[in-house]
Amino acid sequence: MANKGLKGEVAIVGAADTAVGKLPGRTPAELCVEAAMAAMADAGIDKSQVDGLVTCNAMAQPMLYHAEAIAEYLQIFPRYCISVGAGGGTTFSIVHHAASAIVTGMADVILISMADSMRSGLTREQAMLVQSSTGHPQFEQPYGPTVPAYYALIAQAHMAQYGTTESQFAEIAVAARAWAARNPAAQMREPITVEDVLASRMIADPLHLLDCSLVSDGGSAIIMTSAERARDFPHDPVYLLGAGEGHSHEHISQAHDLTTSAARESGARAYAMAGVGPGDLDLAQLYDCFTPTVLVELEDLGFCDKGEGGAFAESGALRPGGSLPVNTHGGLLSHCHPGNPGSMFALTESVWQLRHTAGERQVADAELALVHAQGGIMSSHTTLILGRDR
Amino acid sequence: MSRILPPTTALTQPYWEGCKAGELKLQRCTACGEHQFYPRTLCSHCGAATLEWISACGAGTVASFTVVRRGISDAYPAPYIVALVDLAEGPRMMSNIVDAEPERVFVGATVAVDFSAWSEDVSLPVFRLTDNGVIS
Repeated sequence: MANKGLKGEVAIVGAADTAVGKLPGRTPAELCVEAAMAAMADAGIDKSQVDGLVTCNAMAQPMLYHAEAIAEYLQIFPRYCISVGAGGGTTFSIVHHAASAIVTGMADVILISMADSMRSGLTREQAMLVQSSTGHPQFEQPYGPTVPAYYALIAQAHMAQYGTTESQFAEIAVAARAWAARNPAAQMREPITVEDVLASRMIADPLHLLDCSLVSDGGSAIIMTSAERARDFPHDPVYLLGAGEGHSHEHISQAHDLTTSAARESGARAYAMAGVGPGDLDLAQLYDCFTPTVLVELEDLGFCDKGEGGAFAESGALRPGGSLPVNTHGGLLSHCHPGNPGSMFALTESVWQLRHTAGERQVADAELALVHAQGGIMSSHTTLILGRDR
Repeated sequence: MSRILPPTTALTQPYWEGCKAGELKLQRCTACGEHQFYPRTLCSHCGAATLEWISACGAGTVASFTVVRRGISDAYPAPYIVALVDLAEGPRMMSNIVDAEPERVFVGATVAVDFSAWSEDVSLPVFRLTDNGVIS
């Protein structure tokens, strides 16, 4: 049954990122607080007006009660306070939970702030081990799969099933970099070519180094409130129009289908709530931990047919000026990827695109944006649709 | 740094004992007849709790694979092959394909189980290409 309950009821009224990249000497909690304060400033509010707080845990500074610790640090005393963990899908799944809390009156103004220091707070080996622990402890991890290896299994299956090529995956990294070149905040801004991607070191066949997202420090935050109250804030509100989740497995060896994901279900649910389809969107921010992730999402969210993701990317559609601008900030591939908070930056970027304040990378007259994130190994998917109008 | 060892449980003990004895053990549901992996307290097909252990024939095909060029730790010297193997009985499992030139491995290749000592107490099922991976 289609859920129309949240459509247009809640808006994002504040958004801010910290600097990203290498930020040695700063703890994840400090970055989380900095992002929070900046988002409140952007919304023109004081911390006393926040009565809901959402965070996610930091791999570089794990805490048993993370949201509570951040509330204490900020000296705020919310009536709604929760820390979430759904891998890369963490950010977007909590947005609709927060929206429900606002609609049901559990909170009026919710701050979502997330940060981590994957680059400076962990050694390379620690970062690899903590991330690959998503694998099954008895039946996957002993074989030594790395996170790129898990996604390489999906890429290889897609190549075998549909004839997708390494060059087609590479084009997704090239498009992300072309957007990042227009974003002064991005970690990697030097334009690259398909040849550059293919010439970069092989990490886990068929994934080259430049098919893999960055390892970063950084934080990002938004402020949400009801649509009624949203008009009283300084910036144009960005309304939540659709939200949907889909869950198919946790461990990749248990996936019923390697090349079709639960993005199909999450997308269909979000489209149904918003009353729109893939052809109505002005831009899409698609979770891009690795290039094949985007390719599968393009297909499963209906931007092209199943098996046609490679050809669609190769057409240049995702690049600036293309038919479907994707990851206009540069994405996890070129903007930054500090772990679970990674998709927050796709959310803040979508807010700026829909406020029409995205500078050189502004998508002309952007009215509707889709943002999609997944966690685990193509396991848990959340799709949101955001718009300028209710 | 040593290789990652599986934290075995009481439920999975027959599986790990089988590995040590050179047998790949799977659960089979006596209600619906389906096999499953990994071991659980209930059938992943019909939900029944009537599960028995059987010995798999050890044959499988490669559902997907990757050559890991940068190992997870010093205990895993790269390159090594991580694969998803579809067993003849139906279930899919993750494993390594050992003693194979990476160029010889492909999706659909046929493999057979072998066992590799991971520690004094634990052996892991791994797979080898059979006849260059092609069904004869």
